[in-house]
Amino acid sequence: MTALKALFARELALAVRIGGGALMAVVFFLIVVTVIPFGVGPDLNVLARIGPAILWIGVLLANLLAIDRLFQADQEDGSLDLIVMSPVPLEMTVAVKALAYWMTTGLPLTLAAPLFGMMLNVPPQALGAICLTLLAGTPALTFIGTIGAALTVVLRRGGLLLAILVVPLMIPVLIFGISATTAVITGPTPFLTPFLILVALSLFSLVLGPLAAAAALRASLD
Amino acid sequence: MGLTDLANPTRFMSYSARIIPWLWALAVLVLGFGLYMALVVSPEDYQQGATVRIMYIHVPAAYMGMGAYTLIAISSIGTLVWRHPLADVSARAAAPIGAAFTFVALVTGSLWGKPMWGAWWVWDARLTSVLVLFLMYLGLIALWRAFDDPARGARIVAILALVGFVNIPIIKYSVEWWNTLHQPASLMRRDGPSMPPSMLVPLLVMLAGVSVLFVAMHLSAMRNEVLRRRVRAMQITAARAAATAGA
Repeated sequence: MTALKALFARELALAVRIGGGALMAVVFFLIVVTVIPFGVGPDLNVLARIGPAILWIGVLLANLLAIDRLFQADQEDGSLDLIVMSPVPLEMTVAVKALAYWMTTGLPLTLAAPLFGMMLNVPPQALGAICLTLLAGTPALTFIGTIGAALTVVLRRGGLLLAILVVPLMIPVLIFGISATTAVITGPTPFLTPFLILVALSLFSLVLGPLAAAAALRASLD
Repeated sequence: MGLTDLANPTRFMSYSARIIPWLWALAVLVLGFGLYMALVVSPEDYQQGATVRIMYIHVPAAYMGMGAYTLIAISSIGTLVWRHPLADVSARAAAPIGAAFTFVALVTGSLWGKPMWGAWWVWDARLTSVLVLFLMYLGLIALWRAFDDPARGARIVAILALVGFVNIPIIKYSVEWWNTLHQPASLMRRDGPSMPPSMLVPLLVMLAGVSVLFVAMHLSAMRNEVLRRRVRAMQITAARAAATAGA
């Protein structure tokens, strides 16, 4: 347990200090949100209608931005070998690393989303729903991304490949995240049903992600 | 002769060499008969006219696209549990074939959609989930190609294939949810089992023909992959010998 706590503290420190990328994802998210109105035009009605989709897709992309470094940085300096050889179950280590990644990427993105939503003229009652759905859905994005990060850990240019591998798996999260949000704005479906499925997807990937990622790491480091 | 005997690569090579010509001949026969029934004998649809004949290619291709992924998933279990080299060869050989069948299903679906729906592409639940399946095939192939040593990539790609296989029902279910949310089911009428025998029989013959074709292609591709790996091993040995001789 102390080993996992120490690892968690290390991951947070690495992300926050110089050279870490804790807020880079939020800046990237802001850039995505800024670029869209240039593409679709400044019409506030259009932006209000597609706003939740822009926010969700922006978070999905921003979440992928740095996840290829999740294990690669440790692999390059050799600490990944030590982590794999330690008596702590690798699945737990992977889960802790993913959790730390979510704390420094998914959580800031979730907190920034309502602010960016106001810029896109998203109705006020939907801002809370976006925040809530992102809070429930970003862990799924992170844990699915963790699988991709582990699969591509030994590849030199794994970043692009990672996106190709994991984005198809993220489609359900996107669907239920957005449908819960639009349920608040327009209906006709209730909010709770897609939201609960979203929570279920996060819990499912909380199990599948560390299992698959740990297996991929073991296979990669053989 | 049990199935486990075939798992020996050398025995696999000798048996498959004997079976493959027969499989190809059977595939040509059944597919020829099926195409004749589908394109000439079977009646036109009272609404869709002759375009209904696209179905006889489209449905078998879609079925084979999904079947090939199932085969990859089963082979991946073989790779992960028994670390059997032929299991990886089987998965690797099935991936491009499955991707090709999925692509054919997408293209024929698109060609069918133009006269029926008035658009080349409709974000229909079925089309979209087949598109996602195609993307997953491309991901698998891309990951295989990223490893220069096939043995090293085998288990990693097997993990991806299984993760994808677990997720396929979830993706399919959520795409259907997404579609019914966006547009009520007005475009796609599912007649299903109400199909008359004059259309059902050619379709079943085509399904059987495509299955035989897949087995023939898969075994041939597996043989090629085994030979490719042998060539690679020989090249490495030769290069090593040359290097030691030079030094």
